[in-house]
Amino acid sequence: MRQFFSELSRSKAGLAGFILLVLFVALAVLAPWLGLEDPTRGSLRARMTAPTWDGFWPGAHPLGTDEVGRDILSRIVHGSRTTLAVAGAAVVAGGIVGTFLGILAGYAGGLTDRILMRLVDIQLAIPLMMLALLVVAALGPSIQNVIMVLALTSWIRYARIIRGQVLSLREREFVQSARAIGASGWRIMLRHILPNVMTPALVVATLELARIIVMDAALSFLGLGVQPPNPSWGRMLADGRVYISTAWWSVTFPGLAIMLTVLGVNLFGDWLRDYFDPKTRSAR
Amino acid sequence: MAGYLVRRLLESALAVWGVVTIVFFVTRVLGDPAALLLPIGASAEQIEALRDNLGLNQPLFVQYLQFLGQVVQGDFGTSFQHGRPALEVVMERMPATALLAGSAMVLGILIGAVAGAIAALKRGSLAELVVMAIALLGQATPVFWLGIMLILYFGVNLGWLPTGGYGTFAHLVLPAITLAVFVSASIARLLRSSMLDILREDYIRTARAKGLMPHTVFVWHIARNALIPVTTMTAILAGELLGGSVVTETVFSWPGVGRLILQAIQAKDFPVIQAGVFVVASLFVLINFVVDLLYGVLDPRIRAER
Repeated sequence: MRQFFSELSRSKAGLAGFILLVLFVALAVLAPWLGLEDPTRGSLRARMTAPTWDGFWPGAHPLGTDEVGRDILSRIVHGSRTTLAVAGAAVVAGGIVGTFLGILAGYAGGLTDRILMRLVDIQLAIPLMMLALLVVAALGPSIQNVIMVLALTSWIRYARIIRGQVLSLREREFVQSARAIGASGWRIMLRHILPNVMTPALVVATLELARIIVMDAALSFLGLGVQPPNPSWGRMLADGRVYISTAWWSVTFPGLAIMLTVLGVNLFGDWLRDYFDPKTRSAR
Repeated sequence: MAGYLVRRLLESALAVWGVVTIVFFVTRVLGDPAALLLPIGASAEQIEALRDNLGLNQPLFVQYLQFLGQVVQGDFGTSFQHGRPALEVVMERMPATALLAGSAMVLGILIGAVAGAIAALKRGSLAELVVMAIALLGQATPVFWLGIMLILYFGVNLGWLPTGGYGTFAHLVLPAITLAVFVSASIARLLRSSMLDILREDYIRTARAKGLMPHTVFVWHIARNALIPVTTMTAILAGELLGGSVVTETVFSWPGVGRLILQAIQAKDFPVIQAGVFVVASLFVLINFVVDLLYGVLDPRIRAER
């Protein structure tokens, strides 16, 4: 752990990404205790207030208000809770399914492997966004469905990479000896192989988190994501777009929030990948 | 090469069949078309009557075979909104989508290739830093937000370009640039890292040592090899552009297939949704097929393997 942070502090980009990511998670977790206005209650008197920077007191709107007078800063901070919950759940669900199927394909080999990898190829033939739209259209938008759809677009990335890792792990001595003393296939997969693929799975998860945050925002933007009154960044963009000529702030700040979050996750993810991959590390 | 071609062709056909199957099962099994088609609050008898009418009470396998048979004939049913064959409605919108995705792709590859090559060849320079910083930001910026920001600045504030719509070159500028930013950011980052890898290779040192002109080394040894991963990336980006067309076309009111699919989803016009997803996915399979052939041309090792 100490080595991890000393390596991290030496990479400016990695550290910046980590800080952005921590900030984003902290805001999401602490949102109710930050003394912000109710993100769902508007005030007709304060409709479309431009951002004011002369101090931060109750009733001030540093990022302005939207068309029904709701504080945009508060909506962005509370929106990060939705984003974090949905994207986090999707990454975990996609990661578990993808890692498990990747291990199964790599270890079992043969017909199981061929069927699973063919399934991956076929799913990859549909652009992910189209697949997501198709499923949301059939099931209807709700938090559970959005998480499921995002996980569905994600499992293939894990399955492919983990399978490749397992193919080489399978021939290693500790797996061979476990098999020799009569360990069952399940036991080998769970006790011996799984711990050894956690690292690549973690790297994929970080990079997937960025992609999923954008896709979640895109679905909300199209009105197919998490439904109101829950504040979500994509929805804020869609609502603010109508007032683009009079209230620039309503479309600028929610997008900035998405961009900074994704930037943070990407920077940290890139660094994490290099950290765990000695080949690219020595090249830098 | 002929064996490789046939193999890839079969794989592509299999992929299209897979797409049809996914479309069928997602719409018929996950969702109940009859319940989706009728307004909320329809009675159980109404739903039952419509199920009968649509053939939804037959065994699933029979329905699947019927669906396959219809798709082979290009029959996705009649659009509820337009009252015409769904495939026809989708194909009409195809040129607009192809124009936007195509121009964005060409523009994005050109900018990304130049920027990525500069970053790799001028390692450690200010130019590299600027290119990589912009590329990093470009990759993190959601396409739909970038589009809205460009509309806000060039459309609303400056009034130079239309804020949306279709028809003239001016209408194409903003959406094409929006998508090109995303494409060029990915290409620039990938090309830089693959060129840096190649520059370390022994054959580059050999080529330089035997006194080849720098531009000969660049064209025949560096660029040619660096293009291989870029070709793969192009196929991935094509999928992103086609899938993302739903979002971009909505932002810019661009009358393409993506916007049509979104409208069909809002109107629960399932024949159009199915036809639209099928056409876009088939186009994607075709692009992947062509890219794989290009890959074989660029990299003799791949031809030799099969």
